[in-house]
Amino acid sequence: MSSSPTGVTISREPAEGHVGGELLTVNFGPQHPSTHGVLRLVVILDGEVIRGVRPVIGYLHTGIEKQMEALRWQQGVVVTDRHDYLSPLHNNLAYAMAVERLVGVEPPPRAQALRVIMCELTRISSHCLWLGTSSLELGAMSMFMYCLRERETVLAMNEEISGYRMHTSYIRPGGVMADATERFWDMLADFVEKMPGHVDEYEDLLTNNPIWKRRTVGIGYLSAEDAVRLGASGPMVRGSGLPWDLRKTMPYSGYEKYDFEIAVEEAGDCYARYLCRIKEFRESVRILKQAMASIPDGPINVDERKMLPPPREELETSMEAVIHHFKLFTEGYSVPSGDVYAAVESPRGEHGCYVVSDGTHKPRRVKFRSASFVNLQALEHMAMGSMIADMIAMIGTADTVLGDVDR
Amino acid sequence: MSVFSDVAALLVGLKTTLGETFKPHVTVQWPEEKSVRSERYRGRHYLRRYDNGLERCIGCELCAAACPVGCILVIAAENTAENRVSPGERYAKVYEINMLRCIFCGYCEEACPVQAIVLGPEYELSNVSREQFIYTKEMLLEPSPQQPPLYAGKKSQH
Ligand code: SF4
Ligand code: SF4
Repeated sequence: MSSSPTGVTISREPAEGHVGGELLTVNFGPQHPSTHGVLRLVVILDGEVIRGVRPVIGYLHTGIEKQMEALRWQQGVVVTDRHDYLSPLHNNLAYAMAVERLVGVEPPPRAQALRVIMCELTRISSHCLWLGTSSLELGAMSMFMYCLRERETVLAMNEEISGYRMHTSYIRPGGVMADATERFWDMLADFVEKMPGHVDEYEDLLTNNPIWKRRTVGIGYLSAEDAVRLGASGPMVRGSGLPWDLRKTMPYSGYEKYDFEIAVEEAGDCYARYLCRIKEFRESVRILKQAMASIPDGPINVDERKMLPPPREELETSMEAVIHHFKLFTEGYSVPSGDVYAAVESPRGEHGCYVVSDGTHKPRRVKFRSASFVNLQALEHMAMGSMIADMIAMIGTADTVLGDVDR
Repeated sequence: MSVFSDVAALLVGLKTTLGETFKPHVTVQWPEEKSVRSERYRGRHYLRRYDNGLERCIGCELCAAACPVGCILVIAAENTAENRVSPGERYAKVYEINMLRCIFCGYCEEACPVQAIVLGPEYELSNVSREQFIYTKEMLLEPSPQQPPLYAGKKSQH
C-alpha cells in the first residue's frame, strides 16, 4: 500500500480504528477545476475526514527566476508580469523597487502615485477574480459574472494606460511606462464612483447568505500564532487578527501619505478571510480616491539618463542621443554590485524580490518570495480534521496562484 | 441564526440578481461585436512606410536586440541606386517575427529609432498551423502610405 507523495492512484492502508478499518490516499488535482490552476494535493482520508494533506507542486514551473538571469535589467520586467499573473503590477513594483535601490535612485512623486493607483486597481481586480472563482466553487454562480464584470473594467483601464490588459509591464525600474491619458482618468473616476455599490452587491449576495456561511464559518481555522509560524501573510494573517500589512508596517511608494485602514478580522476562518478581502475592496477604493485627488505633476521617470532611452526628438538632432539609444537597447545599463530585498503587499500577501547584482548589465540572481508559495504551506494545518468537501473552501480562501507558487 | 434572518438574507440576494435582469447588458457578443481597443494597444505588428512609399526600416536590428524573447529576425542588405528600398544606407532584406514566441511587450516599438515597427490594434491572430505564425516582411509591411493606416489611432508615445 502506497503512501508515497507521488502516488497517482487511490490507495488503501489498513488502519485500526478508522472508518472501514483503513486510511485512503486520494489525489486531488492537478486537473481539478477548483485547485486554481494545477495544484495537486495528496490527501489522506479517514472516511471523509482529512488526516493529511501534501501539496505537490511544480506543474506550472516555468523557470522564471532563471530566465531573469538571461535578460537585461530593463527586459526582466516583462517576465515579472508573468508569474503571479493576477497581480502583475505588484510583481513589477517589487522588481522595480529592488533595482532602484541598487542603483540608488528614487522615482519622482508622480510616478509613485501612478504606481499606487495601478497597484490598488490590480488589488481590486485580483480580489474580484478570487471572489468570483471561490464563490463559484461553493455554488454561487452569479457572483462569478458580477465579479468579472468589475474585473473587466480594471483590465480596460490597464489597456488604456499601458496597452495591454494583463501583462502590462507598466512599472519599470526608474518610473512607469507612460503617463495616464485623459480617458484613463475619466474611467478611473467612474470606477471609484461605482465600485462601492458593486461591493455592496457582493455583500448582499454573500455576507449573510446562510449557505455561504455554512460553507465558510469555522472552516479552515488558522490561529494567529500558527499563521506567523508558517510565514503566512496578506489576508491569511489579517483574517486571523494580526494587523500586518506592508503598506502600513513598511510603507513603500508613498503609501504613508494615504489614509486607510488595515482590514483585520479576528475569527481566523474562511469567512473571516472573505470579510477581510471585502474590506480591502473598500480600502483600495479609498486609496484610489485620495491618490487621484492628490496626484502631483511632474516627470514620470527618474532623471537618470543612464536608465532611460533619450527622448524621441533628440534622436533626430543629437548623435550622442543616438549612440546612447543604441547602447541602451543592445547592452542595457549596468547596476552596481550588491544585493537588495524589496517587498510589496500584493493581493496575496508579502511579495518580495531579492536581487543580486555583480555589477553587470544582467542580474546575477533574482529570487521571488511569493506569497502564494508560503501561504500554501498553511493549507495542511488548516485542513487537518475537516471534511474533504471543505478543502475547496480552504484552497479558495488561501488564494494561491500556481504560477506564483512554481515560478 | 434564525430561519427568518436566513430567508431574509436569501431574499436580499435574490433581489440583487433579479434587479440585474433589468440592467443593460455588459457582455459584448464577440465575434459579431467587437470591443474598442485603446490607442496604446499592443497587438499585431506593422512595418511602416514614409509618405513617399519608402520603407522606414533601416535594418539596424535594434528591435531584435531589444526583444526579450528573441523572436525577431532581421537580415539587412545595402540600398543601391537602382534598388532603393529605404532612405538610409541599408534596409531589411528579411524581416520575420515569430508570433508564437512574441509576448507583445512593445519593446521593439520602443527601441526602433525610426518608428518603423509599431504594434497595432489587432488581436485575433489565430491560425491553423505553426508555420503561419512566422510573419514575414510581406505580411508585416503596410501596403501603401496612401491608405488609412492599419494601426489607426495609434500614437507613438515613447
Ligand atoms: S512585442 Fe516584444 S516580444 Fe514581440 S517582437 Fe516586439 S519586442 Fe519581441
Ligand atoms: S524595425 Fe526599426 S529597429 Fe528594427 S531593424 Fe528596422 S529600423 Fe531597426
